[in-house]
Amino acid sequence: MHIMEGWLPARHALGWTLVASPCVALGFGRLSRRTREHPAEKLHLGACAGFVFALSALKLPSVAGSCSHPTGIGLGAVLVGPGTMVVLGTLVLLFQALFLAHGGITTLGANACSMAIAGSLVAWGFHRLARVLGMPRGVALFLAACLSDLATYAVTSVQLGMAFPSGQGGVAASTAKFLLVFLPTQVPLAVAEGFLTVLVANLLRSRLGSDPRFAALEGSA
Amino acid sequence: MGPRARNACLAAAAVAFALGALALPRPGRMEGFRGTDDRAKETISRIDPVYRPWFRSLWEPPGAEVECLLFGIQAAAGAGLLGFALGHRHGRRAVGSDA
Repeated sequence: MHIMEGWLPARHALGWTLVASPCVALGFGRLSRRTREHPAEKLHLGACAGFVFALSALKLPSVAGSCSHPTGIGLGAVLVGPGTMVVLGTLVLLFQALFLAHGGITTLGANACSMAIAGSLVAWGFHRLARVLGMPRGVALFLAACLSDLATYAVTSVQLGMAFPSGQGGVAASTAKFLLVFLPTQVPLAVAEGFLTVLVANLLRSRLGSDPRFAALEGSA
Repeated sequence: MGPRARNACLAAAAVAFALGALALPRPGRMEGFRGTDDRAKETISRIDPVYRPWFRSLWEPPGAEVECLLFGIQAAAGAGLLGFALGHRHGRRAVGSDA
């Protein structure tokens, strides 16, 4: 899913890096304050990091006839907040760029914008809204994870569309072409990620007892 | 539905959507589940045939088998971390202390 190394023109690569950098810095501040104030939450962060790490390594087959992978960002964005997940997501992207030749250093900024930043903001924002509107916890989390996954690929399509506008129709036509590459493959995988996210949240919650520090699992914080 | 049954259903649904594509018949489509990132590269080349990547990965896994190994290690490490966190909680609750 990630834009591969060198496949974004230098100007675009630099632009997306400039967009991503302050968000990652802000997220890093959040993360360090959080672990300082609530050391017990480190385990919680570990669970969310492990989830992203595992899921983004799984290239799954889809009915559309091609392979792609889920992102796992939704769970953490809802449980520990979007700022923290921006940092964890970017670290996973960096790991894959350096050791797996998946994604890239020059495209790290663009990929961080789509997966770490857009992915966590969509999950967190949708979940907040859904809970305010009274949607049941499980349904809200399921949809938040699905939409976060799909938003990641939608942003990737827009980024590629902006970098490679079509001769006819420009950025919009080109974005539509990239959406057609990614979305048919991604929809079933996003649904799978939604189910898995609710399952893992259930498992985490059932092992927490009534610990008030993890009220976020109830979707109230 | 009890929590155990509910979780079992969630796991089954996740597996069905993740791996269900393998069970469906795919007549005449033998391209074999290529990655969408490769298909995105082809789309770029169709839109802009003269574009060439201007930077190469600093290091690439030597061969597809090693790449599989590294992806496997990543998945295992992530699952291990998640499992540790769940197990730690589980154990602490079983002991009944709040350490």
